[in-house]
Amino acid sequence: MNDKLRILFNGIIAENPTFVLMLGMCPTLGTTGSAINGMSMGLATMAVLICSNVVISLIKNFVPSKVRIPAYIVVIAAFVSVLQLVMEAYVPSLYATLGIFIPLIVVNCIVLGRAEAFASRHSVFDSCLDGIGIGLGFTIALTLLGAVREFLGTGKIFDLAIYPEHFGSLVFVLAPGAFIALGLLIALFTKLRAKSC
Amino acid sequence: MKSSLVNMVLSLGIITVVAAAALAGVYTATKEPIAQAKAEKQKSAIGQVLPDIQFNNNPAEEAAEVTVDGETVTVFPARQDGELVGMAVESHDTNGFSGLITVMYGFDPEGNITGFAVMQHAETPGLGSKMDEWFSNPAHTVIGLNANTANLTVSKDGGDVDAITAATISSRAFLRALTLANQASQQFASRQ
Repeated sequence: MNDKLRILFNGIIAENPTFVLMLGMCPTLGTTGSAINGMSMGLATMAVLICSNVVISLIKNFVPSKVRIPAYIVVIAAFVSVLQLVMEAYVPSLYATLGIFIPLIVVNCIVLGRAEAFASRHSVFDSCLDGIGIGLGFTIALTLLGAVREFLGTGKIFDLAIYPEHFGSLVFVLAPGAFIALGLLIALFTKLRAKSC
Repeated sequence: MKSSLVNMVLSLGIITVVAAAALAGVYTATKEPIAQAKAEKQKSAIGQVLPDIQFNNNPAEEAAEVTVDGETVTVFPARQDGELVGMAVESHDTNGFSGLITVMYGFDPEGNITGFAVMQHAETPGLGSKMDEWFSNPAHTVIGLNANTANLTVSKDGGDVDAITAATISSRAFLRALTLANQASQQFASRQ
């Protein structure tokens, strides 16, 4: 049981995809203008990650090693397209906000990275847990970054006003602020991790 | 697993066929809800831009394409018992700060602006993206202006409308789309 829990929590702290592995930086920087956007992107990626991890773990014994990468990409791309269609149908406003970043989950290195590094070597159940763990780690990181940027930029968190908007510094909502906030969060995370180890 | 030509072709073939079948299934299943979501959005936007006008037709069904200076926009006529009482115009401008913006505007038959709804844009968050709040704020709104008599350019260019602070380019795009919408609605009304 302990093993399973370790797989689950591995993705949240020890191998947090954003703060430790530093994978998937493009959607991390691009979609975290607000906490809710960051969280939605994290959850969308998590959904794809869990599905693709499970399927890839199922087919790992049937796929010849020379064509495994194209096979994984097809699986991932199929899940992303499904997700895209479903979001367009049932949550059109969210789909409009995340826009181009949804199809880009296909090339998110976290998803392919976990497929190659974990799902292709472990059992279906473990791969599912790994998908949940890494997905949660990514979601938490994106939500945190989104919340920090939204708070410093507009004085709100999840659209909840904390201080008046015109005291915010707009740079945090724009692209440069993404880099600055991400850098500071990574520094903080590394310091906390070093202490606890 | 050891790779040979046969098992490589077979495994990739099977995976792609299964993926294609799954996608086809989901596409068919979501086609209807996607069309519905789009129609719903359009309908609520039409209602939003023509708030005080009573009409009993379905403007979306009578949509007409109108071309002004090479730009094609869609006019949704609102009628009460066959008489034209207002128009919702889905207009656009490609020179926003980040390219295309699409806005729906409402006009009554005299050319008064009754409302607007930003449908699609990629303007800077916190600046140009404030179009919605800014132009509906009573202090600098375009609602209630008569599109035929008012000078629909930003005050910096000598017009009657205050631009969004620090987002003049977005404001200009918004007003160009408005002007285009007005021309289209006039052209449409004169054809009735």
